[in-house]
Amino acid sequence: MSVIPAEMGLLLSGLLFVLGLIGVLARRNLIMILMSLEVMLNAAGLAFIVAGSRWGQADGQILFLLVLTLAAAEVGIGLGLALQIFHRFKTLDADSINQMQG
Amino acid sequence: MMTLILFYVTSAVAVFATIMMITRLNAVHGLLYLILSLLAVGVIFFLLGAYFAAVLEVIIYAGAIMVLFVFVIMMLNQGHKTIAQERAWLEPGTWLGPSLLALILFTEMLVVIVQGGSAETGHVVSASQVGMALYGPYLIAVELASILLLTGLVGAYHLGKPILKMAKPRSEP
Repeated sequence: MSVIPAEMGLLLSGLLFVLGLIGVLARRNLIMILMSLEVMLNAAGLAFIVAGSRWGQADGQILFLLVLTLAAAEVGIGLGLALQIFHRFKTLDADSINQMQG
Repeated sequence: MMTLILFYVTSAVAVFATIMMITRLNAVHGLLYLILSLLAVGVIFFLLGAYFAAVLEVIIYAGAIMVLFVFVIMMLNQGHKTIAQERAWLEPGTWLGPSLLALILFTEMLVVIVQGGSAETGHVVSASQVGMALYGPYLIAVELASILLLTGLVGAYHLGKPILKMAKPRSEP
């Protein structure tokens, strides 16, 4: 049994996830939305690590590695898209990009 | 007991840094707080006994991915406003908050070192255990992750190519 109670770790994970969700919903800057997405992915990884530490298994860290891979790929694509949008529309406001007729 | 206090202090730092991150108007200010939030989560990984994940969190999240963000923010802020912007970014109010939070994390590291180099956690899952499981039952997941990374690489290259073409002197009307 770990010194740190698993409930507290999961509570912190949920709190960080909700904060990231608020960031995604409330902010309109594309860069800030991507950063809030990072916070959400990180909170999910924290939940895996807490569970892995609770049962003393390596699976939690392996799933964290997979989340890390996903975050790296997502940031690469997301920032590429943000660059494209900025060069076409001259803005990073997510609300002003509502006309995508190709 | 000491580990528990460190855990609560680090959690407070992580939550506070995240709240500051989503309320900053300037993306660079938010980025500073986001790095602090990721570092704090790395300290929590260490306290939970996941040393390998803590190292990866600092190197890949707070290192590599944040450098990508910094590059893109710098690329989007070209022009004459840049110098005035740099001056505004370097005001004490900007970096004082993140520095104080970083100081708290540094103090925690010193406390752990003075205590004897390791926090008293219950289950320590070592890097060798992770590696054995990763290349045993999880081998297909590693392959899928590598395919995902390759897809990300190709996609990012494809998305970035027209911008490189546009940056050259324009010949088309």
